[in-house]
This record gives sequence, C-alpha cells and structure tokens, in this order.
Amino acid sequence: MSILINKDTRVICQGITGKAGEFHSKNCLDYGTKIVGGVTPGKGGETALGLPVFDTVSEAVEQTGANATMIFVPAPFTADAILEAIDAGIEVVVAITEGVPVLDMVHVYEVARRSNVTLIGPNCPGLITSDECKIGIMPGYIHKKGSVGVMSRSGTLTYEAVWQTSNLGLGQTTCVGLGGDPIVGTSFIDLFKLYEADPETESILMMGEIGGTAEEEAAAFVKEHVSKPVAAFIAGRTAPPGKRMGHAGAIISGGKGTAEEKIAALEDAGIEVAQSPADMGAAVQRAIANKRN
Amino acid sequence: MKIHEYQAKQVLQEAGVAVLANRVATTPEEAAAAFQELGGAVAVVKAQIHAGGRGKGTIADDPEQHGVQLVKSAEEAAEVAGRLLGKTLVTVQTGPEGKTVNQVLVEAGCEIARELYLGIVLDRAAAMPVLMVSSEGGVEIEEVAAKTPEKIFKEHFHPAIGLQSYQARKLCAKLGITGKSVRSADAFMRGLCRVFVDCDCSMAEINPMVVTKGGELVALDAKITFDDNALFRHKDIEAYRDLTEEEPSEVRAGEAGLSYVKLDGNIGCLVNGAGLAMSTMDIIKLHGGEPANFLDVGGGANAQQVTEAFRIILSDDHVKAVLVNIFGGIMRCTTIAQALVEAYKTVGFSIPLVVRLEGTEVAEGKKIIAESDVDIITADDLTDAARKVVASIQTN
Repeated sequence: MSILINKDTRVICQGITGKAGEFHSKNCLDYGTKIVGGVTPGKGGETALGLPVFDTVSEAVEQTGANATMIFVPAPFTADAILEAIDAGIEVVVAITEGVPVLDMVHVYEVARRSNVTLIGPNCPGLITSDECKIGIMPGYIHKKGSVGVMSRSGTLTYEAVWQTSNLGLGQTTCVGLGGDPIVGTSFIDLFKLYEADPETESILMMGEIGGTAEEEAAAFVKEHVSKPVAAFIAGRTAPPGKRMGHAGAIISGGKGTAEEKIAALEDAGIEVAQSPADMGAAVQRAIANKRN
Repeated sequence: MKIHEYQAKQVLQEAGVAVLANRVATTPEEAAAAFQELGGAVAVVKAQIHAGGRGKGTIADDPEQHGVQLVKSAEEAAEVAGRLLGKTLVTVQTGPEGKTVNQVLVEAGCEIARELYLGIVLDRAAAMPVLMVSSEGGVEIEEVAAKTPEKIFKEHFHPAIGLQSYQARKLCAKLGITGKSVRSADAFMRGLCRVFVDCDCSMAEINPMVVTKGGELVALDAKITFDDNALFRHKDIEAYRDLTEEEPSEVRAGEAGLSYVKLDGNIGCLVNGAGLAMSTMDIIKLHGGEPANFLDVGGGANAQQVTEAFRIILSDDHVKAVLVNIFGGIMRCTTIAQALVEAYKTVGFSIPLVVRLEGTEVAEGKKIIAESDVDIITADDLTDAARKVVASIQTN
C-alpha cells in the first residue's frame, strides 16, 4: 500500500514533446513508472520516447487507460491543461509548472473541488511512491521504500528530508510536494487523511513554510483526527515580513503567517517540531518514540 | 509588482471607480500649474513612493516636511513640491534609508463626512478573493484586525461572477451607509472588484475610502499590487513598473533568472530551491550567524547564472563569507561544481567560501572541487556547513 499512486498507476505526460516534459518523462520511465503516452495538441500520431502522442487527453485516456497525468505545459496554458485532464476523468493530476496566475487557479480549484480528482500542484516537484511510481522531477535514488509519509510545500527541502529519513533507515511510503503557490489543489489535511488510513504509513513528516495558514489548519486537524506520530519543520524563521521568499506563497503579510505562530500551533497539537532543517529525520524518530511512551 | 498611487488611480479611473481630480508633477512649476488647473481653494500634495505611512513620514534632512501636505495656493503647491521632489522620504515602511521622491501627486480637496477602509485580497483558505470593509478608515487594517476584528466585514466573490449588488448592500448595512450613498457604494465596490479580476491584482486597498458631504464614495488613497505571474497578459500594467523603487541587486537578479532578496546579515547564501534557501538562512541563524540574503538559483542554473549569483552576493559590502548549499535533483552536482570553480576564478574571491553538495552526481562534483586549485571549504551536511561558515567569520 501507499497513497494516491503505485506500481499499477498509468501515467501520461501533457507536454511530453517539450524539453522538460521529455527529459522528466524519461527519468520517470527509468525509475519504473508506467508512462503510457503523452499529449501535445497538434502532434497527435507522433511518438516521443517511443510512446504514442495524442492531441487530446480524452483520446489518450481512451487508448492507453491512463489514470494519472504529469503536466509540463507553459504557465499561461496550465489551467487549461489541468481542466482538460479533469474533464477526461484522470484521477491524479500533477501540475509541475511554476508561474501559473493565481486567479487561473481560483477557477481550476473550483472545478477540481466539484470533481473526484486529486490535483497536486501547481509549482511542485510532484509525488513518488518509493520503488513503484515517480510522477515528478525529484531525484529517484534518494528515496527508499519504508514507512514515513512525507509532504511538503517545497522541492529541494523535501529532498533533504527524504535523504535524512532514507539515511536513518526509515524510508518513505509516498512523498508528495504540494507546491509553493497560494492556491494548490491538495492540502496537508487532505494528505493527513490518506496517510492516516494507509496501513504502510507508520509516521508522517510535513514541511511547511511561512505565509498563509495551511500549517495551522493542519495542526488543528492532527490534534483531532491523526493517531500516527507526526513530525514537522517550518522553513523561513529568519524571513522578514513583506518580502516574498521565492515562492509566491511564502510571504509574511500583515503579521500573519510567521514561523513562530505555525510552530506554536504544531507543538500545541503534539507534533514534534524540528528546530533545524538538519534535524527533520531525527524529529520523526523522536515523534515515533514519543508515541510509544 | 507594486505601482504608485497616481498609477493606481489611473487604473481605477479607467475602470469607472471614483477618484478625485488630480495631476502628477515632477517639478515645482508643474505642481503650481496643477493647482491652478484643478481650480479649487485647496489641494493636497502627496509624495509618490512605493511605501505606506507617507502622511506621518518625514524628509530625511528636513523633519518638518511630511510626505502629504495640504496647500492653499499655487505658490504653496510649488513650494511644498520643491521640498519633496528629489528628497528622501522616510516612513515606517521604508526603513531608515528611506526612498527618493521622484513625483508628487497634486489632488483636489474634498469635504469628508466619513473615512472607511476597503480592501481586496486573495483568501487562500477559501481559494477566492475577498472584499473586506471596515468603519475604521485611515487606520492600518492589520491594527483593526488585531484590536477590533468585529469592525471588519467580508464578502467573498468568485472572479467568474464578480461581486453582486446584494453583497455591496449587505456591506453598506454593516457600515451604516444609507440613502443615496448606497448606490454610489455599490458602483464603487463592484468596480473595484472588477479591477481586481480584470487586472490580475494580488491586492487592492483603498484606505481611506471617503464618503463626501455630498454622499458620494471616493478613493482618497489607492494601493494596488499585481500578480507577477499574470503580467504576461497585461503589457499596459507592466509599463507602470518603476525600477527606481526596487532594490538594484534584486532587479539584477531577476534579469538573470535568479530569485534574490537582500537581508541585513553578513553571510551570503547561494541555494537551489526556495524552501531549502529559506531553511539555509534559518540554520545559519541557528548557529549564531546572520544571513545576508535569500538566493534561489532555481532548478536548471548554468555557469553564467551561478557566476552572476556570486557577483550579486559579493556586491553587498556586508558579506564576509558565502555558503553554497545545493541538493542536486534536476541540477547535477557536477554542473554546479564546474560553475563554482569557474565563477570563483572569474569573480575573484577574497572571503571564505563554504560548499555543501548533495544529490545527483555528488561524488563527481566533490571530485571536481577537490581537484581544482580553488580555496573552498567543503562541508558534509547542513549542520557542518552552517558551523563552518559561521566559524570562518569569527576566525577572520
């Protein structure tokens, strides 16, 4: 078991004929992901990486049985690509693209909310179930099959956490990068529900960052509904207010969204908070030990 | 992207949202002419900078001069403009260094019955824009939210539908706006919500919005920021960008495709990924150092970008050491190692450089650094890197 994706997930890539789409599709194939085709409007009938390319997602789904998609189309067209995937009945939509206008995501979010789709991203590294299926741009080899459910709003910080849990022998079930934008398809809470229900996931590690209130909401949820050990880290303790730290979502505005507020909420929910980014793996071990006592 | 008040008022005016008659002036003569053209007994001269708190803010070497002043004649308009233009205005939001005033706005006066607050932001939790109003006009909304949250009223609206008249009427009822002012408020609120959507704003704030003695609603101040990611479809708005208002090193970084924010410390940071970059700043602080910047080179940085990143970091005189923290994913450690060695030679380093590499092709990357003749301190993990860079400053 794992969450959202596994060795049977059939994946297409929207934008497979682009440079990034092709490069990462190849890496996913090498990892063992069942990439079954691609979509590029106007290039239907061609092939990429030896896989069939379709004009529309509907055709791709009909002919390949795809149930997940990885989106690499440019930002101005990303909302359209996500909506097309939802319309075609894709179950897991992963939007890697960064720079999507936030009002586009207001529209997309509304549609996603009304359907059964799981939308990951945009502006995210993707998700990976160790040794089974990688849909995204993360380096595969740092992942190790194991028991920690990992989720994060950032990319390379997730790699750091994964690397630490792999080195400690804990390993991961499924690791999900939610994305760094103000509006993303999936929240920490959505994933807490899935990790809590997944028998293979024995502990959960979340990495948040300054800005917004997603971490506070997650903390309140954990307090009520999560029985498994939870550890967390919040990036951006030293970030000054009013400055956007790379991610459009990572900004302290009007005194809200500070690391201190988030850490207080997490600790109040009984979550083990790593004080240093070098301490994330060890924090998971402490969370597990705390639960046992 | 931020714009000036006078530009925000142009955007509002074009969308039919009520603003007072105004003129922009870059010289005292233009300010005098503006006063005459406006034709009133009074006018207000307002310094144009990308920061709030102008009314209370003062000119750096002339503390009697505030950023917003009432004038009663063309001569006085010229005189005040002369004392603001080209000078440095310091407000609570500019920091002690202040900002240079390059334009003033000369605006007609009006008779004010009430001052209100009106703002639109994106409510992330609801995934929708929200219109917020408050009876406490002229006060920072954060202060109202902290002290008297019951005085803030909200209506969410979906961009596809826009704010509806009944929502405006609900807010009017809460604010005690009655009679014929309701119609004016309805037009004002719906107009501002339309601007927010049509122009891809990330924030639109009218503080204060005034009800005149004649019962009309009008924007006395206007602050609008735009979603950078949507500027590609708003070339007209992009033209409002004022580079003189931005930190030069941040502009330079933006041109090189780097995400850079200048901070006050002395340890320069070069990292791939925003989350890791923030965490690197955090761990430096945790070990007793102060980060000089946030810098994300992104996923696919090449040698030129890394070189430019070093140049930007080193152009800050406060920087006494540099920490490079790379977790290679898409970015190979070999690429970054080659770029580091090359950049080190081109830029000319005279301060300690600590490098921590992990991820894709890390062994080969480390080998490249070891075999080069550059003086780089290598670190094994994050903690080791933070300790070494902090120590390197203390021993110097």
